[in-house]
Amino acid sequence: MIDVTLTLNGTPRTVSVEPRETLSDLVRNRCDMTGTHVGCDHGACGACTVHLDGMPVRSCIVLAATCDGREVRTIEATRKDETFGVIRRHFHEKHALQCGFCTLGMLMMAADIIARHPTPSEDQIRNALSGQVCRCTGYMGIVAAIASAAEELRGA
Amino acid sequence: MKSANFEYLRPTSLPDALDAANDETTFLAGGQSLMAMLNLRVTSAETMIDLSRLSELRGVNETPDAVTLGALTTHAMIEDGAVPDPSGGLMPRIASKIAYRAVRNMGTIGGSLALADPAADWPCCLLALDATVLIEGATSREEAIEDFLQDAYTTTLEAGEIIRAIRIPRNTAPWGVYKVTRKSGAFADSLAICVLGDAPRIALTGTQSRAQRLRRAESALHGDLRAAILADLADADPDADAYKRRCHLATVLAAIKEAQS
Repeated sequence: MIDVTLTLNGTPRTVSVEPRETLSDLVRNRCDMTGTHVGCDHGACGACTVHLDGMPVRSCIVLAATCDGREVRTIEATRKDETFGVIRRHFHEKHALQCGFCTLGMLMMAADIIARHPTPSEDQIRNALSGQVCRCTGYMGIVAAIASAAEELRGA
Repeated sequence: MKSANFEYLRPTSLPDALDAANDETTFLAGGQSLMAMLNLRVTSAETMIDLSRLSELRGVNETPDAVTLGALTTHAMIEDGAVPDPSGGLMPRIASKIAYRAVRNMGTIGGSLALADPAADWPCCLLALDATVLIEGATSREEAIEDFLQDAYTTTLEAGEIIRAIRIPRNTAPWGVYKVTRKSGAFADSLAICVLGDAPRIALTGTQSRAQRLRRAESALHGDLRAAILADLADADPDADAYKRRCHLATVLAAIKEAQS
């Protein structure tokens, strides 16, 4: 076992993991934060997206041990975040989810899209979402939600 | 699935990493191919050496003729212009189409070269730009990318050797790119890159073996180009089926057309 010391959702923690464990294992199994969903476990679906040092990454193909000294933010930390609040409301209003399995990854990516492209075109949104798989919605609602959330956040 | 277990080391200097390495060592850079392959159990590791803390593999060195990028430079840093671009826009364009943003935030140019996936973007792009690979091991050495790439997943890297950086000559010549993928972000069925200038360079990947120059096409830009490309393809991807041959022909012609427009 190796000790990994990291900041998880604003709280410094030291967590013991096996070398082979991934960041998704660390947050779900060692820290009981199960908001991060694991769809494929090989970097194909994007459901497990979290922010590492402020950037979206796929936690199922990031080794937990390499996160020592780094800052990790999962969906649990976004409940009281104003930007995420706006994005979540637009996901609700635009019917951007059905079963919800992919939604946390969509939200983590949506925040990154809006941060990098305050006025995102539909093309930019679709390109940036191309690594996030949703089998329910057909994506129309998700794209619309991100566009309208970006518009509201621009005005705010 | 989960990877089989392995021993994990995270050295903080290049000499320490080289000392710890042996024939059974697997190096971890960004891990965006390696971690997936480990989880799928198509590969395994005895000892993994995490290179992410090696400052020697980071940073940028600029000269009037070239830019040297540390091996740990991520695709996203190149996409965003966070590091100098020697290529006149070609490298940011290539970076922006590698996999997906969350992968580009972790994946590194050095890791991509070391793996040498036959459908990966950087080996082809760096071949078109005539880059040089800077390698550390028992001794330091430099090698032209063309010699470095040997075959699918095969380079001249010896056990225990690490790519430290990649030196890319400055390019001001027009370039063109065309990539065919089954879906956005997937590995290329075919990727062609053309860089014009005094000595035009055309590189193709998505073959059975490795990224390759199309030398007949390079010298036939104003001649019977189609015949030259087909002759090159017979060497570059001899086992290509009819779809793949047409795919390659189309990407090469489209890349040249964009470069010339």
